[in-house]
Amino acid sequence: MTKLSVNGKQYEIDADPDTPLLWVIRDDIGLTGTKFGCGVAQCGACTIHLGGEARRSCVTPMKAAVGKEITTIEGISPDSTHALQKAWVAIDVPQCGYCQSGQIMSAAILLKENKKPTDDDIDKAMSGVICRCGTYNRIRDAVKMAAINGTGGK
Amino acid sequence: MTEIDRRSFLKATIVAGGALVIGAALPFRSRAEERFDLPVDPAAEFKPNAFIKIAPDGKVTVIVGQAEMGQGVLTSLPMIVADELEVDWKDVVYEHGPPGKEYINPALGGQITGGSASVKGFFNPLRTAAASVREMLIGAAAAKWGVPADRLRARNGEILDPETKRTAKYGTLLEDAAKITPPASPKLKDPKDFKYIGKSIKRLDSPEKVNGTGIFGIDVKVPGMLTASIMRSPVLGGKVSSVDDAAAKAIRGVRHVIRLDSGVAVVADNYWAAKKGRDALKVSWDDGAMKGVSSDALFKASVDAAAGGKGVEAKKIGDVAAGRSNAAKVVEAVYYAPYLAHATMEPMNATADVRPDRCEIWSGIQAQMVVQSQVAKLLGIAPEKVIVNNTLLGGGFGRRLGDYVLDAVRLSKQVGKPVKVIWTREDDMHGDFYRPSSYNVMSAGLDGAGKPTFWRHRTVGASIMGYLGPSIFGFAPPEDRLDNTATEGAHTLPYDMQNLFVDWVPVKHGVPVGFWRSVGSSHTAFSTECFLDEVAHAAGKDPLEFRISLLEKHPRFVGVLKLAAEKSGWNKPLPKGMGRGIAIHESFDSIVAEVAEVSVAKDGNVRVHRVVCVVDCGQVVNPDTVNAQMEGGIVYGLTAALYGEITLKDGRVEQRNFYDYKMLRMNEMPKVEVHIVPSTEKHGGVGEPGTPPIAPAVVNAIFSATGKRIRSLPIRREELRS
Repeated sequence: MTKLSVNGKQYEIDADPDTPLLWVIRDDIGLTGTKFGCGVAQCGACTIHLGGEARRSCVTPMKAAVGKEITTIEGISPDSTHALQKAWVAIDVPQCGYCQSGQIMSAAILLKENKKPTDDDIDKAMSGVICRCGTYNRIRDAVKMAAINGTGGK
Repeated sequence: MTEIDRRSFLKATIVAGGALVIGAALPFRSRAEERFDLPVDPAAEFKPNAFIKIAPDGKVTVIVGQAEMGQGVLTSLPMIVADELEVDWKDVVYEHGPPGKEYINPALGGQITGGSASVKGFFNPLRTAAASVREMLIGAAAAKWGVPADRLRARNGEILDPETKRTAKYGTLLEDAAKITPPASPKLKDPKDFKYIGKSIKRLDSPEKVNGTGIFGIDVKVPGMLTASIMRSPVLGGKVSSVDDAAAKAIRGVRHVIRLDSGVAVVADNYWAAKKGRDALKVSWDDGAMKGVSSDALFKASVDAAAGGKGVEAKKIGDVAAGRSNAAKVVEAVYYAPYLAHATMEPMNATADVRPDRCEIWSGIQAQMVVQSQVAKLLGIAPEKVIVNNTLLGGGFGRRLGDYVLDAVRLSKQVGKPVKVIWTREDDMHGDFYRPSSYNVMSAGLDGAGKPTFWRHRTVGASIMGYLGPSIFGFAPPEDRLDNTATEGAHTLPYDMQNLFVDWVPVKHGVPVGFWRSVGSSHTAFSTECFLDEVAHAAGKDPLEFRISLLEKHPRFVGVLKLAAEKSGWNKPLPKGMGRGIAIHESFDSIVAEVAEVSVAKDGNVRVHRVVCVVDCGQVVNPDTVNAQMEGGIVYGLTAALYGEITLKDGRVEQRNFYDYKMLRMNEMPKVEVHIVPSTEKHGGVGEPGTPPIAPAVVNAIFSATGKRIRSLPIRREELRS
């Protein structure tokens, strides 16, 4: 049994410790907001926070998460009022929406570390997450809007 | 459209919980029924889940039979209903519709989400349905109050009597309204009174897409479900020869290893066990017909077909030979666009639960009725025994027609439990049907004054309808007939040519081909708009002015070009090393011009800095959706222009994942400015038309910046090093 803490809740997982966190989160814990896109850390759809850092959960083994807090898209705000979520809705960022969990989770770490990101900062933080619908300019605008409005909930 | 409206009829009923449901039983025939002259059931059964549901609490549910793949249909179709029904937007929710004739898109003749046709097809039927409900609610209030109906008004979810100031909420009138026969030709609102149509209403599906609750096919959970990963032949069309599954079966969680026609499936308790089991399989393959076939050979086959193949005429005006003999100058060029994959962000997946007498499906699908009938055929049961639950689609782009559902059905049937099949990214890259390659031999003549004397375009490519037609539409065009998808955009060249000949030479490369965002226009815009640019330069004319001079018969094109020139600052000089290029293309009844500003580095790297996009798509339902679709269409086309290429080696698709099938990323994203031409013309599509002009606009801009003409995609930096 591997003990994990996900979005503040404790879980005991009966799976191979090398299982990628992505599939533990999706199949064992049942939180499906974290998406599978490539399996090789190329697209960023699976981005989560592990111990306060952005991680590609598709290549992060479960055992690397022991003793650290895991946060998924479902956990960044109890009521979808994270400044990024509000900005994403205000600007109508999502099209198909599949990559947006990874986009928001990547942006959340950026804003945690950098309250006023420049375009270059946004490029550096966000270029690892592919959006096939091409919402990049709206993502950029929404990150800036959230930076102005603050990153806290409500 | 009006004919369909006139023939359609609406039905209303009260369902459990007291909700009023309005459905349209549309007695028009599907394309297959027309083709095979099947009888139409005159008393087409009313299914009480058709279009609009009003609950006693006033909540209005719009059932959307079109698939949501990012294009905003879950918002635009409800907007049409809300406006005509006179309800508050905050009271409107959506539901995904099941397969059903009610949801056949009148613009397509099938329940298909494609061809940028959702608004085009449903604008009038939904308005009519909603207006009928409104009149029924008014009728119910009139009867209740004993006043003439024509003095009552509907607004914000209630009926108002302006004389007595009495009001009745819709929710209180449902029982009485249901007793009224829905009017077939209700009075539609005057467009000047639209409250939502034409305004940038926020998407209904944004909230669920920012908090992880939106359900895509891959997220579906069914009690007792197993998950499968399927190893398929690395060579296109290959078959399993033998399997050693001992190591796979030893993996914890693996329940079954099943041989399918297409490969070997490992069915397990969860995805990771299935994937590990699949990786442990030892399979030998019978490579089949594509063994040893590589891209060079396919390219040569196209070249040979262009030189010696028999062309199918697509368009002929005047006499090209005469035009050539009158030319003072002849321009000739060959343009090539490669095979492309769709690469939706959500890999293909489907869940099926096969029971003895029925089957339930959960998946993201652009063609629900096609899937329903294919599954029914596979299982030997009636189509209505196949329940298809459509989910959000993690990208469609023409890929999600449902072929991936059938393996889930086969596996569920075999193991007796629900099974979800999830493709890996590599499966998705290798198991696509691809945008066909397009090889184009082009020539044009100019007279002494720089006016065109002829235009000759031969295009060589595989037939999409030949490949997909039988499974999707129930028929394929005869081989000696034109497949419109091969030449659309080329035989519809808008420029005034006295002598023109466009033909198509079909080739069979053995590579699966299909619809890819903007279909034929994805390559014909590139070949025609780049070649036209070459001809303009050969004539010594400004490319914009040259285009305008040939578009006298197309004032909408000219309007779009002039606005693009104005917004982009066409005549303003750019810094040294930068270039500006323009392209215009009509697809799916919308005209789009794009002006790209690019720079080319010494190492040949192309940077697109800014794209100005002008779209004339007729009447608009949601302008911000149009903006978003243009932005997205540009990114899709730019990604292909800069990186997109599927190649074959020894019958295998060489590209595997995003490291070798590259996507445009945030740091490469140009500024995009979209301008919509105000219009009262009929609705054009918006999902696809943003894609075609970007490749030629960028290539033309590269020429302007460097003097080098790119004639083969993707743009290769080796050709541009200085």
